Amino acid sequence: MKVSVLVFPGSNCDHDALHVSRRVMGWETHPVWHQDTTLPPHTDLVIVPGGFSYGDYLRCGAIAALAPIMKAVHRHAKEGGWVLGICNGFQILCEAGLLPGALLRNRGLQFLHQRVHLRVERTDVPFTASLKCGQLLEMPIAHGEGNYTCDEDTLVSLQTHRQIVFKYAHPSGEVNETSAPNGSLAQIAGLVNRSGNVLGLMPHPERACEASLGMVDGLGIFQSLEHHHRFVG
Amino acid sequence: MKIRITVQLKPAILDPQGKAVEQGLQSLGFHARHVRIGRSIELDVEADTPEAARAEAQKMCEALLVNPIMEKAVIEVLS
Repeated sequence: MKVSVLVFPGSNCDHDALHVSRRVMGWETHPVWHQDTTLPPHTDLVIVPGGFSYGDYLRCGAIAALAPIMKAVHRHAKEGGWVLGICNGFQILCEAGLLPGALLRNRGLQFLHQRVHLRVERTDVPFTASLKCGQLLEMPIAHGEGNYTCDEDTLVSLQTHRQIVFKYAHPSGEVNETSAPNGSLAQIAGLVNRSGNVLGLMPHPERACEASLGMVDGLGIFQSLEHHHRFVG
Repeated sequence: MKIRITVQLKPAILDPQGKAVEQGLQSLGFHARHVRIGRSIELDVEADTPEAARAEAQKMCEALLVNPIMEKAVIEVLS
């Protein structure tokens, strides 16, 4: 497995992603600077990490979406390559048009940093292939703008094409109007593009991969990719 | 020509900043309602006519300055 972790000015979870990819998963991993125009050859997975790319100027992710490396990411995604956008990375993928919708300021205005529970909605995409539908994953969120929104037609389309992969749930597993701490539409925490090779999510799986850090459920996503890469290709 | 582009969240989108400021104003005794916070962008464009300047600004809005999912913009030609 070969992984590229994008680095923008203001990325601050790039080293977490590099650490998990290299040390925890044992994958060949390369940081890729935003001014580069190509990805390392044979990249399987591009991680767009969290942070505050370009200081969140204009809108979260808006400037990063135009960075030179993003053309290569578009090509990679179009060819079926995997892209994982975490937090600010999710915002960047939305601004770049690789995923539908947008992330608004949290409903309660405040920056939220807390543990959340995600309910797995779909397991026939590479990112969740080793998980079970309805399974709960515990991992942290840390964002000011994670309140997912889109227009009604887009929401219908997301549901029709089963693009919602993770929903915010109560610890009991129940998903309802109060289970998304940031106010996300339809409790959406993460979604894929129609072909299922681009995932964006606001919670941080890369911060939940080692018992010493208190949470390990994020591993499920990386292990799903490993499993899929090894056995499905 | 100088252009001012005012970008605001669409009316249907909750504006928590506006809401917080509204509460702040009300706590000071002002009868402020429906506070919406936006962003004002001023720039110079090279154009022969105000119409051409406006058209250029419109293109900039579509390319970068406005996210049509959540925002709307008003373009003014200032001079």
